[in-house]
Amino acid sequence: MMLIRDLVVQGVQMFLVLALAPLLTGVIRKLKAHLLRRHGPPLLQPYRDLLRLLRKDVVLAENASWLFRVIPYVIFAVTWVAAALVPTFGNGLLFSWSADLIAIIALLGSARFALALAGMDVGTAFGGIGSSREVMIASLAEPAILITVFSVAMIAGSTQLSTVAEFMGSSAVGLRVSLGLALFALVIVALAENARIPVDNPATHLELTMVHEAMVLEYSGRHLALIDLSAELKLLLYISLIACMFMPWGVAKQGADLAALAIGTVAYVLKLALCASLLAVFETSIAKMRVFRIPEFLGAALMLALLATLLRFVSGSL
Amino acid sequence: MHGLEFDIAHMLAGSLVLASFMMLYQDRLYALLNIYALHATVLALSVAWQAFVQHAPHLYVTAAIALIFKAIIIPVSLHRIMVRLGIHREIETAVGVGLTMIAGIGLVALSMVVMLRVTPGADALAREDLAFALSVVLLGLLIMVTRRNAVSQVVGFMSLENGLVLAAAGAKGMPLVVEISVAFSVLIAFIVIGIFLFRIRERFDSVDIRALDRFRGERR
Repeated sequence: MMLIRDLVVQGVQMFLVLALAPLLTGVIRKLKAHLLRRHGPPLLQPYRDLLRLLRKDVVLAENASWLFRVIPYVIFAVTWVAAALVPTFGNGLLFSWSADLIAIIALLGSARFALALAGMDVGTAFGGIGSSREVMIASLAEPAILITVFSVAMIAGSTQLSTVAEFMGSSAVGLRVSLGLALFALVIVALAENARIPVDNPATHLELTMVHEAMVLEYSGRHLALIDLSAELKLLLYISLIACMFMPWGVAKQGADLAALAIGTVAYVLKLALCASLLAVFETSIAKMRVFRIPEFLGAALMLALLATLLRFVSGSL
Repeated sequence: MHGLEFDIAHMLAGSLVLASFMMLYQDRLYALLNIYALHATVLALSVAWQAFVQHAPHLYVTAAIALIFKAIIIPVSLHRIMVRLGIHREIETAVGVGLTMIAGIGLVALSMVVMLRVTPGADALAREDLAFALSVVLLGLLIMVTRRNAVSQVVGFMSLENGLVLAAAGAKGMPLVVEISVAFSVLIAFIVIGIFLFRIRERFDSVDIRALDRFRGERR
């Protein structure tokens, strides 16, 4: 009976993240448009875009290999699995015991690897530029997020996300400067990984500065729909990650009843709305960086994460 | 000893190290001075918290001195000096930021390893303060080494002195007389440096330290 209940909770989690991801993107777009005093597309536009793309035919380049056709499915599957592992409304998900934070980062890393391969597969100039830039960003962002994870894991005593979330929600966590630094580092990495504004502009096409869009330029039809959906899912994943580590309020405990789960869901939606509005305000108030300044930006994240680990080391050894 | 008192002291001292890193990162002179003011404010808060924790009222005086002299008077007068020298818009090309940052992290790690090894018997609060103070001092030295502009070297020196005050506040029992005399000597040093800045400027038409190298015949 418990197993069935856990399975149901896990299934609800998987489909909740899938259903909310396009809405989150729609909300951010709408908020950004409002901040610029424009009307903006309707909130449900991302869903309509996905449906429209699914109905359209796929146009494949003549020299596209099988990799090019397989990779959208791989990326979507991997991102979805990673998103299913992050506690959103409830702790102690059934799948989350099989993989920890480092596994989530590895899953996202393999999705990025696949996408970079797909960008280079057809052999256009744009794809190559996009892939090389994406890999450059990744080579700086990945150490930063790993060290952030280490410092959080040193504080919580585990890399298991459910345990971390539970620890952060308890009063044992106290007041720690390391966690503040880790939060900043994680936010910077999340901005870079999701191609948000200081690093990449998600709303642009055919510009010399684009990174993510350059890689997926050759995709169309259902392939593009899958890639767009996994990008939206990845944004949701990062926000959920930040929410479950740094805003663990209202998350239902393992084996909680229906009311607690409902409270957890409401709290989760509120957290998403908060993060989306913060992101929209941040993106409208800042300009995009030159590509050559990105290493400095991500270097700051790496430095903050290292400092967090060092500070934690001091307070831990006393 | 892992109560809220320790956590707040840890947070304030850690923010001081972070402010040192911000100074290391910042290459605009005007912003550098603002961060220095922030550095001094954090120091004042940290010392005031130490005074509260240790029930040592004379440390409040130290905090007040840090707040008034270092967070207000020195930054404001340095701002004035920079405007008069006409260098307030200057962007300094330091040694590569990435390399400096790595060196800084290395120095912080070094000071923690050293301090935690040599003070096993001391009070946890003092140990932690000493470790952070040493890293602030070393980072101040690093700022002085990596900068070419005389004004930012002065700022590096002042942040180094902030580290010394942090160490003194953490180690219990520094007399007030010492603290006041240190504060005044720093103020006097600041005045002397200010005069020197104008002398250097008159002599070489620049406050770039490289001009001195050429003058000593070290670089052709």
